[in-house]
Amino acid sequence: MSDAVPTIASIEAKQQRKNPFPDFRVGDTVRVHVLIKEGEKERAQVFEGVVMKKHHGDARASFTVRKVSYGVGVERIFPMHTPRIEKVEVVSHGRVRRAALYYLRDRAGKAARIREQD
Amino acid sequence: MSAFRTGLLGKKLGMTQVFTEQGDRKAVTAIHAGPNVVIGKRTVEKDGYTAVRLGYGEKPLRLANKPEIGVFAKNNLAPQRFVRELRLAGADLDKYEVGKPVPLDAVFKPGTYVDVIGMSKGKGFQGVMKRHRMPGFRNTHGTHEFFRHGGSIGCRLTPGRVHKGKRMPGHMGAERKTLQNLTLLGVIPEDNVLLIAGSVPGGKNGYVVVKNAMKRTGVVKLRTGEVQEKSKNPMKASKASAASAKKK
Repeated sequence: MSDAVPTIASIEAKQQRKNPFPDFRVGDTVRVHVLIKEGEKERAQVFEGVVMKKHHGDARASFTVRKVSYGVGVERIFPMHTPRIEKVEVVSHGRVRRAALYYLRDRAGKAARIREQD
Repeated sequence: MSAFRTGLLGKKLGMTQVFTEQGDRKAVTAIHAGPNVVIGKRTVEKDGYTAVRLGYGEKPLRLANKPEIGVFAKNNLAPQRFVRELRLAGADLDKYEVGKPVPLDAVFKPGTYVDVIGMSKGKGFQGVMKRHRMPGFRNTHGTHEFFRHGGSIGCRLTPGRVHKGKRMPGHMGAERKTLQNLTLLGVIPEDNVLLIAGSVPGGKNGYVVVKNAMKRTGVVKLRTGEVQEKSKNPMKASKASAASAKKK
């Protein structure tokens, strides 16, 4: 028992994941392994897409991944520190000039490609 | 379910979020609830009722008045900023030892319900819309200088006066408020921190009393992430079939 009064920041620090994700940025293509429950068993489902934006803020940080599934755009917001994400793999680094790639929503097919970083 | 409930004194640290095992994010208020020291006891023989007297947060000697210093010095304690009595059954009093701190995890278990008492934030002099949730008036159709008024405040010659307790503008907030049946989502014994789902009366650094819930006992059911079986309540089934029959 410590006598010092804890701060919100010190409480949040304990919430954060112990093994941080590999460094990925907006524009990168990532594979997010999300744990889902099927009956008794638990397995990881992969959500692969482009990181559209990152929301910073310590324990509250999140990131948005966009993919096009059967012609329908799907965006999923993942809390950075949720225990339901097993791991994140970086497939490729993209070269983009925006902090948030909202313009992808207005584009499809070839126009929605992102140049790969050399 | 009795008036005798164990509890602790504490200070609101602020709000944050925690993850449940299922990955749900829950907004929580962090409360620093300890170390609480036992300052004294009230007994039937001496005081006519039973209670334990707790203190939270040391304060410097210069801020304490002489009678206070006497009380604390008797048990070799530093003066405490926040002192409250908790009514307890006589038998429970033996668990408390005067001059000793009360361990947090002996009082609270995560996943149970608690009541929180605090001083709500002062809002100053407020109108009836904010203070009593009255609807006000429409903004068009000729309303003139009457947008946020409360309307009529009474009748005519009978009774010829305004009813007692008529809700009117006035001072709002800065009063003692109790919130019941809040979920205690987490207990961090090493930090003396309680994580309570949702909000709690008062601002940051405000003093609060957290007690085990008076009305609701048992364990909180959190979402498990598994697909729930449909309710087998016969009443509900009949209602559902009745509703579908109507549609046909």
